[in-house]
Amino acid sequence: MTDLTAPSVHSTDVVSARSRFPVHIAVFLAPALAIYTLFSIYPLIDTIRLSLYAGDETGARSFVGLRNFYTLLTDPNWSGQFWNAFTNNLIFFAIHMVVQNGIGLGLAMLLSLPRLIGGSVYRTLIFLPTMLSVVIIGFIWQLILNPLWGIAPSLLKAVGLGSFFGPWLGQESTALLTVSLISVWQFVGIPMMLIYAALLNIPDDLLDAATVDGAGPFSVFWFVRLPLILPTLGVVSILTFVANFNAFDLIYAIKGALAGPNFSTDILGTFFYRTFFGFQLQVGSPTMGAAVATAMLVIILIGVLIYLFGVQRRLQRHTF
Amino acid sequence: MKTLHSKAFRRRAGQLLATASVVAAALAFANAASAQTLTIESWRNDDADVWNTKIIPAFNKKHPNIKVQFKADPPTEYNAALNARLAGGTAGDLITCRPFDASLDLFKKGNLVSVNDVKGLENFSDVAKSAWSTDDGKTTFCMPMASVIHGFVYNKEIFDELKLTPPKTVAEFHAVLDKIKADGKYTPIAMGTADQWEAATMGFQNIGVNYWKGEEGRKALIEGKQKFTDKPYVDAFKELASWAPYMGDGYKAQKYPDTQNLFTLGRAAIYPAGSWDVPIFRKQADFEFDAFAPPVVNAGDKCYISDHTDIAIGINAKSQNMEAAKTFLSWVASPEFAEIYANELPGFFPLSKAKVDVKDPVAAKFVGWRGTCESSIRNSYQILSRGTPNLENELWNVSAQVMNGSMKPEEAAKKAQDGLASWYEPHKK
Repeated sequence: MTDLTAPSVHSTDVVSARSRFPVHIAVFLAPALAIYTLFSIYPLIDTIRLSLYAGDETGARSFVGLRNFYTLLTDPNWSGQFWNAFTNNLIFFAIHMVVQNGIGLGLAMLLSLPRLIGGSVYRTLIFLPTMLSVVIIGFIWQLILNPLWGIAPSLLKAVGLGSFFGPWLGQESTALLTVSLISVWQFVGIPMMLIYAALLNIPDDLLDAATVDGAGPFSVFWFVRLPLILPTLGVVSILTFVANFNAFDLIYAIKGALAGPNFSTDILGTFFYRTFFGFQLQVGSPTMGAAVATAMLVIILIGVLIYLFGVQRRLQRHTF
Repeated sequence: MKTLHSKAFRRRAGQLLATASVVAAALAFANAASAQTLTIESWRNDDADVWNTKIIPAFNKKHPNIKVQFKADPPTEYNAALNARLAGGTAGDLITCRPFDASLDLFKKGNLVSVNDVKGLENFSDVAKSAWSTDDGKTTFCMPMASVIHGFVYNKEIFDELKLTPPKTVAEFHAVLDKIKADGKYTPIAMGTADQWEAATMGFQNIGVNYWKGEEGRKALIEGKQKFTDKPYVDAFKELASWAPYMGDGYKAQKYPDTQNLFTLGRAAIYPAGSWDVPIFRKQADFEFDAFAPPVVNAGDKCYISDHTDIAIGINAKSQNMEAAKTFLSWVASPEFAEIYANELPGFFPLSKAKVDVKDPVAAKFVGWRGTCESSIRNSYQILSRGTPNLENELWNVSAQVMNGSMKPEEAAKKAQDGLASWYEPHKK
């Protein structure tokens, strides 16, 4: 009898010890948590901390509370640039939402046509620019659009539309649009791939059933496929939003840190760069730069929260 | 038998390895003791060749024990990269100094040391030192190296073909431009506004000195006695605005390399230049070119040139090789360095008092204007670019806009003045 009970008591002991502290969960979480803390959470918190300080000319820093943010939002020299960058960023984002994601959706629809030949070739070609360096993209497009030796003016002239050509990257009215479209060209592959994958997930029986019920291609798209890929469109939108409000490299590569003409291509990323690192005779201010970075974080956070609570909770997920 | 053999082999290999590591350690130690390596931080990546093949070997002939390494970043990234490296403690021993506040800021933050006690500093005039001295002029923290001069470079073959002579006055300048435009084969002025600084530096500062009378106007601006809304400055902007019809197709999207290529390909007649363009044109242009000074407003007026103190070299306060660095700096102050620098990089003119023969004829012409015209430096560099908004950045912006036609000269002047008055005491009244 005792022989039988002893081991069973022992084993329950072990079980209860395990349930008290799940060591294995901590062990599995630790590597990711450590890396994430070290490279993401710590810099983030330190940036916010830095934004509450101000440096004097000897480099000594003192705590100033929210004064940097107050300056950023009320001093016309700062707020003008900040809101200009913010507005430009919104336009930049809107163009991506409409053009990039619209074209991405269209391309994904075309790719998922059942009788398409060479689909994987198109897919690769369209996705290719995404993998190129921004510096190369910037360089290529500047050459293409160059009014002196670009092929864009000669191509337009060849078809009799020469008078429509303008120095698009240099005009205040067109520069932001042009830069946005270059960025769209580069990244259109990403929404295309995500949406394409979602479209492939839709079972054929649903589409067949809709067809049997008398739905035309348009109705099938609008009433069957679109609702089924809405969650993916949501993810694509939020990815676009975060990427656009963190964008910097393409504009820096094409227009430089002063984002001309007259700051018409200035977005939050380039504004941050000028503030933090300085530019030409403008001496950089790490503390003010941290304030701009924190403002960007808040803007992105607000956008993501709106999406999470306003959009994602209402989306219905379908599993097949 | 087999195991025995391999054991012996292993032992021998072990001995060999031990010997090798001892020798390597000894060598490394000897190396550290005898030669010091100085690293130069610079934005002149174009000049890396000249430094590595001419300047450093010449220095090593006199000081074979000091090794020098030249490390350059692209000009637009230099300030940011340097600041980051200084903060991280990985910056080189010698730091190439931008003029005025960028370097003054480094000195105040304790990144640069005073060079008052370095031999050779006495070879420079106060004006040459002004760009790298504290506001009271008592402490100098970088050894001046060179200045750049603005002017206009022109394609001699086009001028001969169209029977034009280099203009001396603004009226003559416009007559020349009209003739080139009427001929229609060439772009009269090679210049673009996409990079913005071209408009401000090669445009506004280049011709402006003749309007605000060089140092006189520059100092009056600092003292608050003149404003950007005064006639000379508005007139300079007006003159800039009048260039627009003579510039190439789509100049609004034309960048600096486009401008250089437009000229070196022989498609443009006149190039508003910085003297640093001369060595590049020497290499790329297969036609003869020459230079003329910024035209004066009325015939017989005194002429002024923008002879801008541009480049100097200082010592990183955290350098481990302070003595070697000072040795290098006093060599930079020597006539020998001036001679090499002036002739290997025609277009960068030594600031030292030593007489230097510039062999390149066009570069010699630029430096020759020092004798006939009054030198001045860019008016936004000393003190006036300390606040927010930054005056230099504002001038880039408004000069480009004036040339693009999106801003009137008066508006540009007002914007520069308003920005300055918003933080600079002498202009607040």
